[in-house]
Amino acid sequence: MCLGVPGRVIEIRGATAIVDFFGVRRETRLDVVDEPVGPGDYILNHVGFAIRKIPSHEIQDTLALYELLLKETEGDMMAADVRGEIAGVRRPEGPDA
Amino acid sequence: MPETLLSDGVGELRFRDPAKARALAGALARVVAEIGRTPVSVMHVCGSHEQAIAKFGLRAVLPRDLNVIMGPGCPVCVTDVPEVDEAIVLAQDGVRIATYGDMLKVPGSVKSLADAQAEGARVDVVYSAAQAVELARDTTEDVVFFASGFETTAVATAAVVLSGPPGNFSVLSTHKYIPPVMEIVAEMPGSRVEGFLAAGHAATITGSAIFERFVERHGIPVVVAGFEPLDILGGLVKLVELVRDRSPKVVNMYPRCVTAEGNRNAQEQLWRVFRSVGGNWRGIAHVPNGNLRLRDEFAAVDARRKYNIDVRRLWTRAPSTLTQVCICGTIMAGTASPHECSLFGKQCVPDSPVGACMVSSEGTCKIWYQYGGHPDL
Repeated sequence: MCLGVPGRVIEIRGATAIVDFFGVRRETRLDVVDEPVGPGDYILNHVGFAIRKIPSHEIQDTLALYELLLKETEGDMMAADVRGEIAGVRRPEGPDA
Repeated sequence: MPETLLSDGVGELRFRDPAKARALAGALARVVAEIGRTPVSVMHVCGSHEQAIAKFGLRAVLPRDLNVIMGPGCPVCVTDVPEVDEAIVLAQDGVRIATYGDMLKVPGSVKSLADAQAEGARVDVVYSAAQAVELARDTTEDVVFFASGFETTAVATAAVVLSGPPGNFSVLSTHKYIPPVMEIVAEMPGSRVEGFLAAGHAATITGSAIFERFVERHGIPVVVAGFEPLDILGGLVKLVELVRDRSPKVVNMYPRCVTAEGNRNAQEQLWRVFRSVGGNWRGIAHVPNGNLRLRDEFAAVDARRKYNIDVRRLWTRAPSTLTQVCICGTIMAGTASPHECSLFGKQCVPDSPVGACMVSSEGTCKIWYQYGGHPDL
């Protein structure tokens, strides 16, 4: 539960953001993050909430770590943690949900 | 020989920069040797740290004289038995329980939520507090979010409480607060902890400065570290340097994610909804200010005040004898390892766990079992 998952903001809809998490689009709540977030920014999501904006110079390193974890099989605990974080984010409503 | 292990046994994939990892392992060995007494014991308090240490085989490259112990870093594991009983009583009374998946199999005094579910109670697994609220919006039934997790996760619960959930939604909080338990563990008889490695993402919210008071009071250094193998090795090097130099202070080795003050907005929401009260952590101790409970103004959303929960009626038979052999509490306190438990890997396995440490993906026993049972080799 501690790892969270990074994603790229596609669109802002009020207090939520449509975010791409490694190819999966989800709605992340923006109540908790302490900086303005806009399309193209990367955020770290924890249990359905953006807890921080990832500074631009950290994005590549952060994504590389999670890509490595997501290559792991279903049974791997760290991979399961990251997949669980993605599962915790709300599916956007609408035709492409 | 650490160097051989790093280049051959551990491999390129595991360390994205093997040369750096080798240098860090070498530095660790040097600093621990300079301390000049053995063993040197440090503690981390995060299931994800233990997962990374076990998964990437980090203990194989640590100097023999350095013990890296997992402490009470698993919120599910330290959820106390009566707290589980409260959720079971509510479920048996027909309230729908929404909770994080790891909470299902955690043993209460006589059964788990999974047992209650098998007997017909409504229990839904959610991955976020927001999903629990959605569940309540989609039904006329009462929904109680049985909320576990440390302060990082409690922030999400606070945010949904503040966002005006429907009247049939309430929270049964078992949220726990890490800084006070560090004080308890540091003062325990037999405690060997000379330094703490603090979890990066939790500190993203609380800020690294939250540990200043602990360091002042106990003279034990705290280093904030991330989850990559190199982050953990780098954090450990800094931590043993502080031990060697008898220089108790807080050092943030994860500045790319953590600031001294943390996420103020998140902290403000956390403390607007919750207050810290004393309470038992399963198997460890009574921890003053260790539990997060809803403030009076949110009584309407607080399951403990909304319902009259009497857990005593569950106590119709004694807990199983295996439960009394389980040393989960001692393992969570960091004074024993899973291998010192006679049940580990025998009567207690992930499919039929005896103690909470074998239930949760953040529990020491489950992590050791999953990643080969003996991550020291």
